[in-house]
Amino acid sequence: MMRAAIVNRPLDATALLAEVASDAHGATTLFVGTVRNVNSGRAVSGIEYSAYDAMATVELQRILDETALRFTDVSVVVEHRVGTLALQEASVIIATAHAHRAPALDAQRYVIEELKKRVPVWKREHYTDGTREWVGAAS
Amino acid sequence: MLLFASYADALGASEIVLDVPEGTTVRDLVTAVRARAPHAALPPQPLVAVNQAYAGPDDVLTLGDEVALIPPVAGG
Repeated sequence: MMRAAIVNRPLDATALLAEVASDAHGATTLFVGTVRNVNSGRAVSGIEYSAYDAMATVELQRILDETALRFTDVSVVVEHRVGTLALQEASVIIATAHAHRAPALDAQRYVIEELKKRVPVWKREHYTDGTREWVGAAS
Repeated sequence: MLLFASYADALGASEIVLDVPEGTTVRDLVTAVRARAPHAALPPQPLVAVNQAYAGPDDVLTLGDEVALIPPVAGG
């Protein structure tokens, strides 16, 4: 099982865990990225995520293809949410599973690190003072 | 050309149309964008995607390519 998606609804960790479940797996991992209340010393009230949907889906799929080559027989499901999220809401969830723990853990780390480097998703933080700003933008 | 996030704000549109000659490279296209929007804050070498894959500055565009200017990504 390898699946990647950009979605505009709340993420369901239990559903993703169920997708990677198999009798052949002895190890399952779940990574949940959530909206934090502070960034660079500024109080955050929420984050607005947007994506180049078509390319983001393709780029996530490329990452999963690479993951399958690096970690034989691993199962991975990843969903990234877009839209405006409140504090503590999940922006990304990755579920991995494998016969053994090392490939399950390493595959999860690979997917999140590559996602953060390459997948065309952007966030605009909303601050408690009412201002908003694109994260990582040049200006 | 598709624009997203901070670049869409900087150029005031989510899509712009540029008339470029045959043989135009990604580098040429970025130059054309700068000429079109001289006051937009773009980094020295903004990322460009062609047909939903990252492209190099020397890649040549062909008619019908889907081209996008990609701001620094911030997913996760």
